[in-house]
Amino acid sequence: MLEVRNLEVVYDDVMLVLRGVSLRVPAGSIVALLGANGAGKTTLLRALSGLLDVHDGEITKGSVLLDGEPVHGLRPAQLVRRGVSQVMEGRRIFAELTVEENLKVGAHTAARSSAENLERVYGLFPLLKERRRNVSGYLSGGEQQMLAVGRALMAGPRYLLLDEPSLGLAPSLVRQVRDLVVEINRQGTTVLLVEQNATMALSVADHGYVMETGKIVMDRPAAELLADEDIKEFYLGLGAEGAVKSFREVKHYRRRKRWLS
Amino acid sequence: MKGVLESLVRGLGNGSVYALLALGFVIVYKATRVISFAQPAFMIAGAVAVSHLAGTTGFYLAVPLAALLVAGLALGVERVAIRPMVGRPVFVVAIITLGIDVVVRVVVNGFIGLDVRQVGDPWGLSLVEVGGLAVQQRWIAMLLTTAVLVSLLFAFFRYTRYGLAMRAAAFDQETALAQGVSVGMVFALSWALAGGLAAIAGTFAGTGQGVDQLTWIIALKALPAIIVGGLDSLGGAVIGGLAIGVVESLVQSYQGDLAPWLGQNFAVVTPYAVMLLVLLVRPYGLFGTPEVERV
Repeated sequence: MLEVRNLEVVYDDVMLVLRGVSLRVPAGSIVALLGANGAGKTTLLRALSGLLDVHDGEITKGSVLLDGEPVHGLRPAQLVRRGVSQVMEGRRIFAELTVEENLKVGAHTAARSSAENLERVYGLFPLLKERRRNVSGYLSGGEQQMLAVGRALMAGPRYLLLDEPSLGLAPSLVRQVRDLVVEINRQGTTVLLVEQNATMALSVADHGYVMETGKIVMDRPAAELLADEDIKEFYLGLGAEGAVKSFREVKHYRRRKRWLS
Repeated sequence: MKGVLESLVRGLGNGSVYALLALGFVIVYKATRVISFAQPAFMIAGAVAVSHLAGTTGFYLAVPLAALLVAGLALGVERVAIRPMVGRPVFVVAIITLGIDVVVRVVVNGFIGLDVRQVGDPWGLSLVEVGGLAVQQRWIAMLLTTAVLVSLLFAFFRYTRYGLAMRAAAFDQETALAQGVSVGMVFALSWALAGGLAAIAGTFAGTGQGVDQLTWIIALKALPAIIVGGLDSLGGAVIGGLAIGVVESLVQSYQGDLAPWLGQNFAVVTPYAVMLLVLLVRPYGLFGTPEVERV
């Protein structure tokens, strides 16, 4: 179980981004974390994977527990060794390295089971095996996303944190990502899925959290969230007829306009 | 023709010293985005360590020992003076490396004394006949050693776990962190490698003529080498170093006859002249990555 308790994160000593977030990711499950841009989803993931330091972020309150043990304040490498791996938003592959070199960097902490994990990843992504000697910068967006996920799997994680894996992918590829998440979970990896594509995320998740301006505002089983029209309308920005229409966005837009004029 | 070839071999020999130094610059630059001006100090420290060790251990054992010693020194310097500055502007860190250079050189000067110290190499200035050419043995030794070291280095970056981690961190530090690569380890390793390479370069710079308190100036010629090759290209550093060496050697041999109006010792400034030319045509060097800035 990966658990976040009452977490507060501040950037640059001044910007309070998470205000008392609590969340549980039970082992073996898929948990979806939804929310608009700027809600703090990525910050929460950074707190879980130890990458806050890079962005001058700091946990000022609360704790992160991995199987009951506090792990906040550990360095990213230590967290990866304990089985928490993150796939960052925007793929972030090492474009100058070949596909296989990218995967090998992913296995940096798991050198002993590297060959075995490589087989597993190639099993999941036969395409990557075909392209193993290609320079990864020349892969297509969908292939790069697969590579990013595969690279994280090379460490043999128990908990996989996926940050917007469907971002910028065609609908058919989004479906592939969805199936992939299910398959990874079936093979025994717990998944925390951060998504803007709420329908996709909730369709595979067991449980869903909705974040807004640094707080969890909704926390329900995924099926319930998916069925609730109000939630769709107000938190996920999906109108009943599927049109994107959010009151908050309208309000935000108005406010910004006033600010600029 | 024979003269040109002999001059070429001398250029390649000297060039391999520049290449080793340039590799150190590039490795540190790629890992930390900082040009380490401490390279001249590490180079001279290596040469002096060899000159002191060679008497007891023999030259061939003294060189790897000195390389390890200087690598350790570089490791310590990185830990004490550079690591606390992570995240600060690279300009600040570069200035710190200048300070490190001065401090280390002052200390090392104490071990040199006022005279020229011999590094105890077995070659001296003796010649060997290769295909009808009379070339100094030390040029051959330098070139071969550099070839071996460069191959080892490239294999390291290509096939080993730490080499791959260093390349990954050079490309995208945060993502490398997320894979469990310790960026501190990458910094330390880059400094240690640069120190070790500089030590070997220093030893070679001292063969034949010995080292004195001004030998470190040779290391400055590695700067044109990295500019010519491209700051972030390992292959470029090697080729840049060799190119600078060859140009310098050819000018040294022929400028007096062909262009006496350039005065004497024009060869000394040719590395910088070449650097200026390359900067005018390809500011990012022959093999460097052009920096794309979007506005």
